[in-house]
Amino acid sequence: MNKTITTPLTEDVAKTLSAGDIVSITGVIYSARDAAHKRMTETLAAGGTLPFPIQDAVIYYLGPSPAREGQVIGSAGPTTSGRMDAYTPQLLEKGLRGMIGKGKRSAEVIEAMKKTKAVYFAAVGGAGALLSKHITKCEVIAYDDLGTEAIHKLYVEDFPAIVVIDCEGNNLYE
Amino acid sequence: MREISVEKVTDAVRKMCMETNYTLSADMQKVLAEAAHTEESPLGQEILAMLEKNLSIAEEEKIPICQDTGMAVVFLEIGQDVHFTGGSLAEAVNRGVALGYEEGYLRKSVVKDPLIRENTNDNTPAVIHTEIVDGDGVRITLAPKGFGSENMSKVFMLKPSDGREGVREKIVSAVKDAGPNACPPMVVGVGIGGTFEKCALLAKKALLRETGKHHPDAHIAALEEEVKNECNALGIGPAGLGGNNTVLAVHIETFATHIAGLPVAVNICCHVNRHSTVEL
Repeated sequence: MNKTITTPLTEDVAKTLSAGDIVSITGVIYSARDAAHKRMTETLAAGGTLPFPIQDAVIYYLGPSPAREGQVIGSAGPTTSGRMDAYTPQLLEKGLRGMIGKGKRSAEVIEAMKKTKAVYFAAVGGAGALLSKHITKCEVIAYDDLGTEAIHKLYVEDFPAIVVIDCEGNNLYE
Repeated sequence: MREISVEKVTDAVRKMCMETNYTLSADMQKVLAEAAHTEESPLGQEILAMLEKNLSIAEEEKIPICQDTGMAVVFLEIGQDVHFTGGSLAEAVNRGVALGYEEGYLRKSVVKDPLIRENTNDNTPAVIHTEIVDGDGVRITLAPKGFGSENMSKVFMLKPSDGREGVREKIVSAVKDAGPNACPPMVVGVGIGGTFEKCALLAKKALLRETGKHHPDAHIAALEEEVKNECNALGIGPAGLGGNNTVLAVHIETFATHIAGLPVAVNICCHVNRHSTVEL
């Protein structure tokens, strides 16, 4: 089923999404991959606050290529989500509602998603030029020193994704 | 003796870094178009159509096909009658990578120390494989390798008694384990024989072959076809979301091996199997 959703992604909306749904996402999402996740986890361990409001947020597992003059962002497709599994359950506990990436998730992540009512979306891997056209604003908001791995606040319009794991734990990959 | 300035090497590498990241080779485009034609899953068809559109945008607007513009793997085949002038060959290759990745707005994805993990900020060093061959020519192949698929690659040290069936089973299991992580439809490079490191290098080289072209030995060509069909029957499909196109091609390279061994390496590549070759 084709659905249009906006961010922040509320629990009520998350519950309406089922594995296999094709969605268009509009609104603010945040990029974060390996190094940013490590740093966010260290921040939480030290009692600090995360660099963006995590409640009902959607994280995109992305490290974009650099933008040319006049471009919002360079190539911007998903990276493999499984590398973020170790860090994910505690972000879900803090209110993270959606994740966009590609590939399998661990049993621990899926259990945490069921408990907190979160959704995992896949974007098409290796389609970064096409996906960049759906990103209309991009700003680095944290960890600038990490380069491509910094946290970017992105505004996406009709960003195409597929619900792979819904908040009941149904998994399209299986 | 033929003298070649290393500046020519730098320039060739610089250009190839950009070309390979914006434009997929004709053989890869052809097999992707064929996959779009034969895909049975409606969602799979939609994904393959997106990939074709992505390739057009990338080529027209010089946006990398994939944001993971890879670690630069460089194969140098150097004629034994060649003398390089003007400096270090390895430095010339790395300078080409640094220039190409900067000028081409390509992502810098290399960390200096695998444990400390600080980005080198120019995508160097490249992984350089050098081979001395007959003659006075130089052939440079650049293959930027993304790590979504590289991470799903495997080496198996099988027993001779495992034989053809064991090899077939391991290749298919590697593809199955890779699943959606490796951005299917994939190209599967396989090395059989040699030693631990030799089979891995063969598997990497197998990815450079013209896509879909079979090994000259009939029994290896038959194995390639059999493994391909078996992988496509797994149903993983484009982006791992189901379908009959899981692999675009299986390329196997072989080498002599020890009486006690049967090494097999499976180097998996996503549908963005980038490589380019120039001769100096």
